[in-house]
Amino acid sequence: MAPYALSFRASRANLDAMSIELKSVVKRVGNETHIYETDLTLNGGGFNILLGTTLAGKTTLMQIMAGLERPTEGRVFFDGKDVTGVSVQKRNVSMVYQQFINYPAMTVYENIASPLRVAGVAQAQIRERVGRVAEILRLAPLLDRRPSQLSGGQQQRTALARALVKEADLVLLDEPLANLDYKLREELREELPRLFADRDCTVVYATTEPAEALLLGGHTATLHQGRVTQFGETGKVYRRPDDLITARVFSDPPINTGPVRKEGGQFVLTRQVRWPASGRYAALPDGNYTLGIRPHLITPTAPAKDSAEIVGRVLISEISGSESTVHFEVDQGTWVSLSHGVHPFRVGETAQLYIDTGKLFLFDREERLIAA
Amino acid sequence: MAQIRLEKIRHSYQAAPKGEADFALKRIDLDWADGGAFALLGPSGCGKTTLLNIISGLVTPTEGRVLFDGKDVTRLTPEQRNIAQVFQFPVIYDTMTVYDNLAFPLRNRGVGEKDVDARVREIATMLDLETMLPRRASGLTADGKQKISLGRGLVRSNVNVIMFDEPLTVIDPHLKWVLRSKLKELHQRVRATMIYVTHDQTEALTFADQVIVMHDGNVVQIGTPVELFERPQHTFVGHFIGSPGMNLLPCSIVDGVPQFDGQPVETGGRPTIPAGAAKIEIGVRPEFIRFADAGIPVRIVKVSDAGRFQIVETKHGDTAISLLVAEGSTLPADGARIRLDPAHTQVYADGWIVT
Repeated sequence: MAPYALSFRASRANLDAMSIELKSVVKRVGNETHIYETDLTLNGGGFNILLGTTLAGKTTLMQIMAGLERPTEGRVFFDGKDVTGVSVQKRNVSMVYQQFINYPAMTVYENIASPLRVAGVAQAQIRERVGRVAEILRLAPLLDRRPSQLSGGQQQRTALARALVKEADLVLLDEPLANLDYKLREELREELPRLFADRDCTVVYATTEPAEALLLGGHTATLHQGRVTQFGETGKVYRRPDDLITARVFSDPPINTGPVRKEGGQFVLTRQVRWPASGRYAALPDGNYTLGIRPHLITPTAPAKDSAEIVGRVLISEISGSESTVHFEVDQGTWVSLSHGVHPFRVGETAQLYIDTGKLFLFDREERLIAA
Repeated sequence: MAQIRLEKIRHSYQAAPKGEADFALKRIDLDWADGGAFALLGPSGCGKTTLLNIISGLVTPTEGRVLFDGKDVTRLTPEQRNIAQVFQFPVIYDTMTVYDNLAFPLRNRGVGEKDVDARVREIATMLDLETMLPRRASGLTADGKQKISLGRGLVRSNVNVIMFDEPLTVIDPHLKWVLRSKLKELHQRVRATMIYVTHDQTEALTFADQVIVMHDGNVVQIGTPVELFERPQHTFVGHFIGSPGMNLLPCSIVDGVPQFDGQPVETGGRPTIPAGAAKIEIGVRPEFIRFADAGIPVRIVKVSDAGRFQIVETKHGDTAISLLVAEGSTLPADGARIRLDPAHTQVYADGWIVT
């Protein structure tokens, strides 16, 4: 019942893992552009995460990497070798989808063994490899069952086992945990990076959830409406988004934004809400900026250091036990505060909250990051 | 609206159940106050849907009685019980307009057109559907269709109870909180008895005043979100609610004092260990542990960046202990020690709280 013990393995670059390079890749379908010109290089060693909302282009990018879709323009390279026209069958790729896809008439064993049978691997070797993967994914006692006799988590582990047993150069995981119960998701999210840690493969993982991207670590490409807005180490993209769009993609609950003016050593949000422009914000020229504040930086109690008071009418107040969320109305629209502990508010009342002014994002007129 | 009581409910899907293991519901006694907002929370297979179906009348329990305002309804059909239900997937008529879809449950029961109109418009306003009323339902997104399903569930004002079975599953994540808060707001306005079934802790904790946590055919705790978080009555609640779940440390009792690995541990109250208890554990959530100069020595085995905080996994011997640390704080190098907050440290005997 409790999460099982974990063995620690530092993430390290898999030197033998393949690199995937997309060069000026464009994907158009009819009059619609699904992927705008994209350059992206992914390597082994930790996960490569594609983060974005539904229809941002994550699945299309994966299908291009897999060879299931051909780019309208541009080239795809595996380890420097052009594979643009090579079909999925000739690339050593495995893919796991959000829907659990298994052969319903086959047992779990046969499901896992299927890619090896197709590849003509010897019987004895199949038995050994299936056994090993089943052990890792805790499917060993279930090998004789059919998928319909499994829970959702077990079905998805079977699909993962099939992807693992193949020992592909490239593993594409398209929101593999989205259809699982919350606790199972937590469990498999822990498990996945360990499963791939000592394999020589490059892993690409698509998700809509910022929290999932952070916990999986590795590198993240943020996607918005068919464009990769940024690519880098996951924690760095989260903490230093290049632009406002990336900050939005990488914030849940949504990041609070609004125009702010710097004048005379002060930031002025409204007539009442202003604070000194100190530290790294001091040197910025006077003028208009866009402010970005993550919800956890607005709290019902003042932070230890720099803060500014803000009031707003409460629209929604939710308490989850460990955290409180307040949606409140300000001149800039609806803002969200997310705080540790229990802070009840009544809907309609005026809440007094505090902005931690030491950790703000400021964006310029073109919505590029100026200070973080 | 009605007060609902479940008396000694047991249910087995087998014709001749032999032992405890054959029962999907082991033994349930529950009182649901009139006008309350309740959530039934648990993993798949815990029995929550069976329980919901027993209340609605889709399933007749093997044993026990269902009472609405003191009246035995155990053998009544769902129609006779006068309830409303919203399911996981939208149940609407594609060929009808949004208006006619919302009006259907009322017209079906012979409500006059004037009252139908008033009620449909009221519900449409609450759910921001006014502008959609003349449109055909077939052209709507999954989100839009589910909103109408919710509306259909809410439109009759005289039902005994409104039941929601995982109603937000098909809703896009960023819209979920909007509908969740709408439902909560609606509950506060109409004060109908509402029962909401889900496996999602966030949905349960944010919707309900009282959350009923189920595990393996049993109710393991009934409480407010804060109670479930701060004082889990069973280790399962500690594990299932919260992410990561509650830490469990093997415990021995020496002269009435709980000990972990030979060292006394300060807890919220003095434990009363029932005779013959086989397994004693100390339970403490990752939120209530911090690094300190003195305390339990641990080694750090993994650090995960969760953005606004870090999840630090440590080990003392073979015992895994996780704690949450603020973003940007430096972690101790060698010789790390942790301190458990006594007010939030509990003792469990065979899974149940004893402090």
